[in-house]
Amino acid sequence: MLEFLGYYNYWVFAILLMIGFYAVITRGNLIKKLLGLSIFQSAVFLMYITMDKVEGGTAPIIQKGAVDQLYSNPLPQVLILTAIVVGVSTTALGLAIVVRIKDVYGTIEEHELFEENRPQ
Amino acid sequence: MIIVFALFLLTLLVVTAVAVIRTENLFVAVMLMAIFSLLMAANFFILDAADVALTEAAVGAGVTTVIFLGALALTVEHERSRKTGRWLALGVVVSTMLVLIYATFDKPRLGDPTAPVHQHVAPWYLEKTPELIGIPNVVTAVLGSFRGYDTLGEVFVVLAACVGVLFVLSASPPSHRAPTKPGSAKLRHHVVPKVVGRLLIPFIVLFGLYVQFHGEYGPGGGFQAGAIIATALILHALIEGEAAALRSIPRRVLLGMVAAGALLYTLVGIAGIVLGGNFLDYSVLATNPVKGQQIGILAIEAGVGITVCGALLSIFHAFAARD
Repeated sequence: MLEFLGYYNYWVFAILLMIGFYAVITRGNLIKKLLGLSIFQSAVFLMYITMDKVEGGTAPIIQKGAVDQLYSNPLPQVLILTAIVVGVSTTALGLAIVVRIKDVYGTIEEHELFEENRPQ
Repeated sequence: MIIVFALFLLTLLVVTAVAVIRTENLFVAVMLMAIFSLLMAANFFILDAADVALTEAAVGAGVTTVIFLGALALTVEHERSRKTGRWLALGVVVSTMLVLIYATFDKPRLGDPTAPVHQHVAPWYLEKTPELIGIPNVVTAVLGSFRGYDTLGEVFVVLAACVGVLFVLSASPPSHRAPTKPGSAKLRHHVVPKVVGRLLIPFIVLFGLYVQFHGEYGPGGGFQAGAIIATALILHALIEGEAAALRSIPRRVLLGMVAAGALLYTLVGIAGIVLGGNFLDYSVLATNPVKGQQIGILAIEAGVGITVCGALLSIFHAFAARD
């Protein structure tokens, strides 16, 4: 059963990755693109965290007196923990740029931006 | 039982992601994104990553949503996208997805103890943490000490992103723009969120401090605590208004926090050099190397917490100030 779930986790990773990517390439709205990128990013997080699981293991917090206790892998958790916080900061930077684009061009739709910039 | 629950959650994740992409109302999309983050956090918890789940719940469902809403208030709430080339895009996406799924059959199955990822440094971390660092939470030990360089870099990325947001948004908005109705102002007129929110804020801050200082023993640490405390203060700003929040914590204090946290982290690293060790080598900070490691981790976690809290609040105020 866990075997199937293992694959299912990775399948969900692949599906989410591609849903995010689809939004980035088809949606013209810049905020929608950033939402797509967030989904893309979360999919990568899911893949890393899926790798950390050890069967029969528990969260990597050492319990006193526990003998032969298996622990899940702490390393992917550390990498993703910091990546989440960095992710929100970079998303905020992207949103700030979107807000400035709206200020200057009056729109955040890609096709309208292209039309605005077309050489006369 | 837990497996059925995990399958359910994962399926729900996909459904939510599709809904985020399909809806044309951006407000709905952002709200669905918050649900997506919460589901993701539950998944992380099932996969034994308690620290990551805590971070995702505080950052993904809390702070990210507020920042997206701040950006929506300044731009538009509905997308007017032109639908061209969807079939080509769908073809590319579906074929890439099928290739990726095909590749997963080569991956070690979930929970396989012999997977390559569990063979390299991870067993060493698990084995040596009680001996070298003497704290139960291995995630905190790896984050603060074994991979301290990495974390220092991440703190500076947060600092740089925060400075970037402040620079980009500091340009004054064009005056011809019609004043937008800020979503945050609406909350002030509702009694229930106001009363409940006021009651909740002290407890959220208290929980944040617990997460900060208990991070060596249980799930927690600077990143989570910074985000949790920032959410409490953002809630305060939403209820009492932007001006009142900035009166209690002025903007320059927030900027000072961002710099001070990163500086504290760097100084702890330099203290290691001064006392005869390497950069970010905490074992020389006290006569007992294990004690030194614990002091070092406590100090750098405090630095991380201060920077993350300050940066998230500065970013929030940068968006809110333009309303």
